[in-house]
Amino acid sequence: MELEMRSCCTHEADRPESASTRTEPALARKLGGDAIFRYLTTFFAFSILAILALMLYEMAGESLPAIKEFGWNFVISKEWDAVQGIFGALPYLYGSVVSSVLALALATPLSIGAALFITEIAPGKIGSIVAPLVELLAAIPSVIYGLWGVLVMAPWLQSTVQPFLIEHFGFLPFFEGAPYGVSMLAAIFILMIMVVPIITSITREVLLAVPQSQKEAAIALGATRWETIKIAILPYGKSGILGAAILGLGRAIGETMAVTMVIGNAPNISLSLLSPAYTMPSVIANEFAETTSKLHASALMEIGLILMVVTLVVNAMARLLIWSVSRSAKGGAA
Amino acid sequence: MMHGMALRKAKNHMMSFIMLACTLAVLVPLGLIFFHILKMGISSLSVDFFTHIPAPTGEPGGGMANGMVGSAIMIAGASVIGLPIGILGAIYLSEFGGSRVSTVIRFAADVLSGTPSIITGMVAYTLLVVPMKGFSGLAGSVALAMIMIPIVLRTTEEQLKMVPGSLREASLALGVPFWRTSLKVTLRSALSGVLTGVLLAVARIAGETAPLLFTALGNQFWSKNVLQPMAALPLQIFSFAIAPYEDWHKLAWAGALVLVTVMFALSLTARYFGRTRRAG
Repeated sequence: MELEMRSCCTHEADRPESASTRTEPALARKLGGDAIFRYLTTFFAFSILAILALMLYEMAGESLPAIKEFGWNFVISKEWDAVQGIFGALPYLYGSVVSSVLALALATPLSIGAALFITEIAPGKIGSIVAPLVELLAAIPSVIYGLWGVLVMAPWLQSTVQPFLIEHFGFLPFFEGAPYGVSMLAAIFILMIMVVPIITSITREVLLAVPQSQKEAAIALGATRWETIKIAILPYGKSGILGAAILGLGRAIGETMAVTMVIGNAPNISLSLLSPAYTMPSVIANEFAETTSKLHASALMEIGLILMVVTLVVNAMARLLIWSVSRSAKGGAA
Repeated sequence: MMHGMALRKAKNHMMSFIMLACTLAVLVPLGLIFFHILKMGISSLSVDFFTHIPAPTGEPGGGMANGMVGSAIMIAGASVIGLPIGILGAIYLSEFGGSRVSTVIRFAADVLSGTPSIITGMVAYTLLVVPMKGFSGLAGSVALAMIMIPIVLRTTEEQLKMVPGSLREASLALGVPFWRTSLKVTLRSALSGVLTGVLLAVARIAGETAPLLFTALGNQFWSKNVLQPMAALPLQIFSFAIAPYEDWHKLAWAGALVLVTVMFALSLTARYFGRTRRAG
């Protein structure tokens, strides 16, 4: 597999040039420039499938030692000891699920509200300023969210928010303990801030795909603006909005840098949102470059494999849902 | 009757207000992030930042020049690998592909671009770092190229599809071979749109950090050899932000300001190209 990859890399370097400018005349006559061009573009288009397959193959292959050694214990055991060679990934799975699901639960309603405001409520000018702004924000690198998270947000959580929660809600198991700043709560907040622009801009696109006739029909029946949204727009865009939220979930599960910087990196399984935690991408980011043994590397690879399969499934689902809306919108127009 | 109407109107106003509140809740944290990057970044920027490598903690001065150079080298490498694959692949999708095959490839590209970037780092590690027995800028470039390809493919295809068929037919009718028509007529008339996609893809990989953690690894010194560990601006921001030193935090803020500025410049240029295309 490695050999194949290398050979295709050497081809990448010289093929495009030979196609665009310097096709050998003799060869071109024999094969036909169009035939060469066709094969070439086909090769590159299918290389997308090859890259995807290669990624899965490599991840699965490298995970094999850990899979053989631990079996299902890997996902139900919470002991992670590189020195002893015992690897159980439960704390990382737990951290990933809790942080991304809670972040999504906070982000989705906000995003839908904002997208509705931009498309349906705001006067045209405001909408056309806010929409590209939100899109621009979706492009900020995660390391910068992390920088802000660890140097501004976490200290604020530690000095203000967490003491407040402990004082007033400390009787709940979710808010007991000491205010560390870096914590599960910090990870949830930073993830929420990061996925909101993504969900908002996709939801906005979905809402724009709702046929005008739907809205007009509702307005003609005497519906207020909110009633129009409720009876004509939201039901129509439902699956697309769900897709946008799931896409946000995929981002949140895979988010590495910002979470690594604010979550505290401690393999705890604790109900308290104030205690430091750990996620799947974070443990890979922290340990992969300095693995102590083959088994350690393989265990991290298996975490990567789980992460990849989960995000593949999540993304595939999200894409299908979003496609279903845009396709039915096109069908309606035609 | 009037009472019901008033109630419905009140509800309408309340929901509108809630939606406005949602929008503000989305924008406020993001506004704060910008505020801090500007405030902390500007006060920490200096000429040294662009000309010096990081100083040991405690020593004044120092910059991230090696990181900026390393990032530029790796982005250039990723573009050399990724652009031909993405653009030629897109030509297949728009000019040759059957609808079913194209749908599968398009779907794969969308799914691929949603894969966490740290995974591409792991894959580049097993494919390049292990066999070549060392972290390298080249491995970093390959990881970044894998992120770039699906983005370039999708945006280029969209642009090529917008080129009217009559343009292709005119060229073919003049006896120009199909491959020349594709490259010199179809691709060229979509050029500004393609450039938009390329710039957005470059902006995206310029900020990627996770895939570089165990491919390029980072380097404290000047690094221009692509077969050696290489410094990168996002990596430096990461390691300086989590270090416990005040003066390193300042460098990280300055780095963040530079990175965000570069990315917005790329975005705005992309938008400019996108706009001229639509106008023309």
